[in-house]
Amino acid sequence: MSINQNANTGALPDFRNLGILLRIVVIVGGMSLAAALLRSGESRSLMEELIDLSALVQPILLASVLALAAANSWLHRLRYPYAIGALLAIELAVTSVVYLFGLGAFRGMGVLVNYWLLTLFVTGVLIGYFDLRGRALSPALSEARLQALQARIRPHFLFNSINAVLSLIRQDPRRAEQVLEDLSDLFRVLMADNRQLGPLAGEIELAKQYLSIEQLRLGARLQVEWDIAAAPSDALIPPLVLQPLLENAVYHGIEPRSEPGVISIRIHRDRDEVHIQLCNPYRQEGERHGGNRMALANIRERLALHFDAEASIRTTETAGSYRVHIVIPYRKARVQ
Amino acid sequence: MTANPPLRVLIVDDEAPARNRVRDLLADCALQMPLEIAGEAENGRSALAMLPECGADVVLLDIRMPEMDGLEVAQHLQKLDEPPAVIFTTAYDAYALKAFEVHAVDYLLKPIRLGRLFEALSHVRTVTPLRLDVLRELKREARTHLSVNERGRIHLIPVAAIAFLKAELKYVTVRTAEREFLIEESLAKLEQEFLGRFVRVHRNCLVAKEAIESFERATGDDGEGHWVVVMKNIAEKFPVSRRQQHIVREFGKIL
Repeated sequence: MSINQNANTGALPDFRNLGILLRIVVIVGGMSLAAALLRSGESRSLMEELIDLSALVQPILLASVLALAAANSWLHRLRYPYAIGALLAIELAVTSVVYLFGLGAFRGMGVLVNYWLLTLFVTGVLIGYFDLRGRALSPALSEARLQALQARIRPHFLFNSINAVLSLIRQDPRRAEQVLEDLSDLFRVLMADNRQLGPLAGEIELAKQYLSIEQLRLGARLQVEWDIAAAPSDALIPPLVLQPLLENAVYHGIEPRSEPGVISIRIHRDRDEVHIQLCNPYRQEGERHGGNRMALANIRERLALHFDAEASIRTTETAGSYRVHIVIPYRKARVQ
Repeated sequence: MTANPPLRVLIVDDEAPARNRVRDLLADCALQMPLEIAGEAENGRSALAMLPECGADVVLLDIRMPEMDGLEVAQHLQKLDEPPAVIFTTAYDAYALKAFEVHAVDYLLKPIRLGRLFEALSHVRTVTPLRLDVLRELKREARTHLSVNERGRIHLIPVAAIAFLKAELKYVTVRTAEREFLIEESLAKLEQEFLGRFVRVHRNCLVAKEAIESFERATGDDGEGHWVVVMKNIAEKFPVSRRQQHIVREFGKIL
């Protein structure tokens, strides 16, 4: 599942995404309401007009949404102009079918051509809307990628890690080798094109490598509790969601303390949702927050780009601890 | 040239690998110059506790450490009768580095290069000592402790334990629940540094908000009524000046 659909060349939205479906329903509903407002007057109330219009529009809308969800992957394989053509053809066919086999409401309410025109108009407006929205979001995407490169890893972490490796070279060359390998894996991911979703298992592996580097520096001060027995390792998630959050947890939760602190990570699946929960000790007093907010904003934005309204990220601060809770829809990695 | 006694170096860093690395490098330097390791500390407080007994001539001081950062440790060090030279070490700190350059403060970037360390150590005896005002300027956040020199040692006073600060001639009296100390600082600067923690009740007095028990009406010598601050755990009461009357009202709503 990619988000290239939002690239500048224009692409259809994902008709299986709940957020997209919601937008379609809301926009069509809004247009119906506007039409009903115009037609209502002394003889007929707004409510009556709206009910009449809905009896007409809703069956077509419902059938269209189902048809598009069914044709979704096929539509996305087509080039944009052809996909638009195919989409319009599907819409006209759906309208015709609903008209011919539809409810009694259609009889005596104009000819089929009028319904075709109505359908084409509404569909056109929606295509235009999603195209504009895609364009609006794509600069955000490149911005997010830039940030992924610049703000992801704190320079502080890089230099301290290299320093730690240097300290190992004389005493424990094997360990030094291993840390450098972890470090290079980490940077490989950081510098990759991170627009594609990746399996959760890879993200967990990366997080563990990151934490093992930090462990070397911080020793017993850093304690990690993993609760991932129920984690769906085949779930797809945007890359670099877990690692930056852990980096925040270390920077704000562990480094400012002399005494040991625990970072706990819990990942599990609940029906169609994957839940990722992080908790770290946190003391408010005189700490910097800037980097934290940037990383969170970045992750929030990328979750929105990938999953629209289906994903969420929440943070809570309670006495002495800081929690992040991410919910994303469960999507399985395709078995190669 | 006379033979110098060996240079004694104190290593201060919260990360064990970083201390190991410095120790290795110092061993390399020791091949070319008389050098001894005076000790190692993993935080500012224990570093200050080791002085002056460990007899360090120079402190290699990490800047980012938990609880008390290196810039603050350096300030407290200046209270010693003969403060050691300080060479800061840091992995990355854009703000501090710029300021170090401006004020010619000695620093080493991590990972530390042998050559740079050697150079810094060989110049350390001739380098101009750190100036307190420069250090104050370098440290943007409020200190966690105030410090006094007691019989040659540094005594730290946690800011959280201070009940009030009172200006008297050229000193400021620092009062905790147990004791009182005299420090040579300006009350106005202290007020600025610890904004939010203390409230000015009178021209010469800052009181910790947390230490305020209540306010009382009292009658002054002139027979006029005025407010006084009643402190928790401390018998002393302070008059609230006419200009600061508003804090009495604000106290009800948490200062």
